[in-house]
Amino acid sequence: MNALALPTRKAEAWRYSDIDALASVWPLPEPRRILVAAGEVRALTLLQDAEGDAVAIHDHVIEVADGASCTVHLLNIGGRLGRVTFDVRLGRGAHFDLHAAIIGGGDQTLELVTTVTHAQPEATSHQTVRSILAGRATGSYLGKIAVARHAQKTDAEQSVKAMLLTRTATANAKPELEIFADDVKCAHGATVGELDKAALFYMASRGMDPATARTLLLRAFVAGVFDGIADEAERERFETAALAKLEGLA
Amino acid sequence: MLQITNLSTAVADKPILKGLSLSLNAGEVHAIMGPNGAGKSTLAYTLGGRPGYEVTGGSVMFSPLRHAGLDPASRSSSSSAQASGTPDQVRGDEDWVDLLSLEPHERAAAGLFLGFQYPVEIPGVSNLQFLRESLNSQRRARGQEPLSGGEFIKLAKEKAGLLGLDMEMLKRSVNVGFSGGEKKRAEMVQMGILDPKLAILDEADSGLDIDALKIVGAGINAIMRKPDKAVLLITHYQRLLDYVKPDFVHVLAGGRIVKSGGPELALELEREGYSEVVGAEVAA
Repeated sequence: MNALALPTRKAEAWRYSDIDALASVWPLPEPRRILVAAGEVRALTLLQDAEGDAVAIHDHVIEVADGASCTVHLLNIGGRLGRVTFDVRLGRGAHFDLHAAIIGGGDQTLELVTTVTHAQPEATSHQTVRSILAGRATGSYLGKIAVARHAQKTDAEQSVKAMLLTRTATANAKPELEIFADDVKCAHGATVGELDKAALFYMASRGMDPATARTLLLRAFVAGVFDGIADEAERERFETAALAKLEGLA
Repeated sequence: MLQITNLSTAVADKPILKGLSLSLNAGEVHAIMGPNGAGKSTLAYTLGGRPGYEVTGGSVMFSPLRHAGLDPASRSSSSSAQASGTPDQVRGDEDWVDLLSLEPHERAAAGLFLGFQYPVEIPGVSNLQFLRESLNSQRRARGQEPLSGGEFIKLAKEKAGLLGLDMEMLKRSVNVGFSGGEKKRAEMVQMGILDPKLAILDEADSGLDIDALKIVGAGINAIMRKPDKAVLLITHYQRLLDYVKPDFVHVLAGGRIVKSGGPELALELEREGYSEVVGAEVAA
């Protein structure tokens, strides 16, 4: 990436971004580089909850060496522009797991951009992304999977679901597969929906007030994203932050 | 308890109910029977306030009487409560409230329970969470203290036991993976916990085998057969009425009540068919 010229929305990775907000922090610092050594098991967490109008950009370049495993839990909820990127390169038999939730309201632009390169055979990657967007917020997931020619037995999976709470909110989900090997399994699913009206009426018919009903349905939608955080206090920190953000939207 | 006068409803601009009138008093069980497409479910959804069921005429007045545990001082209607449209208005003068002016959750807080023909599945929300939030929403709307976790679990255990439903089922997501019979039993557990004044039960017997039918029937009797409560059973078949004996039976056809009578009317319908009893034209 050219670190000097401000990108435009013509660039694929910036197509849905907020370039005005980006300009205020341009040029960006170098990405955070993480090496997960051969056979190592690493867990990373990122709670991006920048205040108010802040612009928060978190770029990561992760090298997962042969037989190593890297699991990332991400909650992206803060700032005017909150953008998190992962450029992941997987060695032989390596594993990458991403569990992400994006929750935005107001005029927020929240982005998650991943490039997972299966450079060697038998690597696996699983990405689960749940987005909830209200107000005039934009939430985007751009997920590219590249499988090298000799990276046979690759197993890559993306599950992306977005929930729009208002007609003025926007969700973008763009999976991209670039596969040069022939013995691979790559699955991706993306849905954008609204809260289930039948469920909302059922809850109302039992006396539940509408704000509580919406919050319960939204909690159910993101439930499970942070189940895999081993450290209990850290898991609670993520769940509490997600819930507080949801209650602000419902 | 309930006074429906000349009620007309349209769904997607198509008239379904065409001037339906019906009164229920406290202590009574009424059955509404009718051929498919007569408007039975539309009546239930209209009374429950489901979006998309547009009332085009008539009125529905509801008098849930005094709610147990309600502070008598808060019964007298205050002008501010009336103006703000809070559920307080249901406790107004003579206790009559315009049901159609209330939001669906306010109708429930006022004492209405709607039993669904097809109970809705809600993945990720447990029955216990669903019911506790519902009950406490109702209690807050009525100015009562919310139940603590312990108090709620005790109540849920008691009502689940009454319907022979394992507490483990209540820990699972609402209706997800439940058989047809389990869904209907879970509905009755909900009714037991929420303890309404008026229950409108839409095809409470559909999908039940004979054993489950007995349990559901006994549940309805235990929860709702009381002097201060009323039940409107909506059913296509007579068989539930063997277990929950109605005081009155009405035939709904072509969007109106075309015939009313005692329990013997249900047997007559079962024996002779709708077209014999109400005429082929209206039954069609």
